[in-house]
Amino acid sequence: MGQEVIEDIRKDYVYDLIEKGKRADGRGFLDFRNIVVERDLIKKAEGSTRVQIGDTVVLVGVKVEPGEPFPDTPNKGILMTNAELVPLASPEFESGPPGENSIELARVVDRGIRGSETIDLEKLCIEEGKKVWMVFIDIHTLDNDGNLVDAAALGAIMSLLNIAIPYEQYGLTGEDMQIRDTPVAVTVVEIGGNLLVDPSVYEESAATSKLTVISNADGSISGLQKSGSTGLTEEKIVQMTKIGIEKAREIREKYLPKI
Amino acid sequence: MKEEKIELIKDGKRLSGRGFEELRSIKIEVGVLKRADGSCYFELGDNKVIAAVYGPREMHPRHFQNAKMAVVKYRYNMAPFSVDDRKRPGPDRRSQEISMVSRKALDPVILRELYPKTAIEVYVEVLQSDAGTRTAGINAASVALADAGIPMRDLVSSVAIGKIDGEVVLDLDAKEDNFGEADMPIAMIARTNTITLLQMDGRFKKEEFERGLKIAMSGCRKIYELQKDALVKKYSKSGNEE
Repeated sequence: MGQEVIEDIRKDYVYDLIEKGKRADGRGFLDFRNIVVERDLIKKAEGSTRVQIGDTVVLVGVKVEPGEPFPDTPNKGILMTNAELVPLASPEFESGPPGENSIELARVVDRGIRGSETIDLEKLCIEEGKKVWMVFIDIHTLDNDGNLVDAAALGAIMSLLNIAIPYEQYGLTGEDMQIRDTPVAVTVVEIGGNLLVDPSVYEESAATSKLTVISNADGSISGLQKSGSTGLTEEKIVQMTKIGIEKAREIREKYLPKI
Repeated sequence: MKEEKIELIKDGKRLSGRGFEELRSIKIEVGVLKRADGSCYFELGDNKVIAAVYGPREMHPRHFQNAKMAVVKYRYNMAPFSVDDRKRPGPDRRSQEISMVSRKALDPVILRELYPKTAIEVYVEVLQSDAGTRTAGINAASVALADAGIPMRDLVSSVAIGKIDGEVVLDLDAKEDNFGEADMPIAMIARTNTITLLQMDGRFKKEEFERGLKIAMSGCRKIYELQKDALVKKYSKSGNEE
């Protein structure tokens, strides 16, 4: 019960600050926290990236293994995205089977990658109907100070850069995987009519609604997810999308190669 | 999938170049996570593990509460990308057993009687695995408990001893573990020389076991010093900043 009272006080604090045009950590409404990325930390994975946004930390690993294709796409490789909100990362996370939040996180990241068609799944076919490459994107949260989605999505696309498919290990040959686009997720929240990007964990709990916009190098959108308890007007949605695309462009220029 | 036998010792040296009683390189960082009450990042050779401690806090579900003392929860979990063949996420029999023995390795040093009805939760995530993850996990967890300010009698230090090509060697890496003849992880309270975890698989002669135990205990003592150094470093540093 004590926890809930503190939660409410925090929410009020965040809300009051924003009404005054301020954020608890002093940044502007449309500023991201400091982003730090580190690639290829995990030798056992074909690709990996640690992304830190402020105090939020996620580690994304990509593994590539041969497997059987789905019957309806016999000539296409398989992309699988999974997220674990491990209890190490937050006092609110609990162990047990994946809950709705971890499923949502994985699916939003997956949709961005898939929708952008950054991976040519047909190139991942080894033998039609029998054997294809399966690309597993595993999102491991380490510290949740809000905005896991943007961190995870950036970690996912960065981990997919220059993947060396382990042909040799399976007695096969072929070329390395190339990415064709650079989808970037930007989450915009509404608090008391104001729009903010990159919410901290307290801002997330104070937000009335939240929209994650995943956009590509050409400015097109390859994924959207609205969450939160309140509805949004068309005007707000258009505004949020515009912010999302613009911020994604800044992040892309800084951390991702030109395609 | 049985692979061909390989030579693990050449000219009196291990494949990694280590001596028989030499530990892998160790890196310890204290207080690496913001949300956790205490945390520790621990590298042992190619093993990378991170431990977080939460609590003492309310025990859920209630019927697991102990009216006399805190209950320690320990969760050992491997990231799917931490091993060569992707590990399916979630607990399996191996990780559940490791969680249990690790918890029992730490229980004796925690002053649990100070916090009746609460839970002290320890979460260990293996980010990269190269044999010896449970020992690395216990070392990290013990430092994270101290970082969380949990009253303890001492730290717990852990290492494995094994046998490769007929020789008793300290701290097996993955290759040595796969092709070796025996593997025996231990955990120890250094101040009292008390063993709190002891497991073994493979085959040791009685003499090898006794000698191995001695070597492992001296390995634990070395790790103990590094754990203490890491804690002192963190807390003396934050003292100077203020």
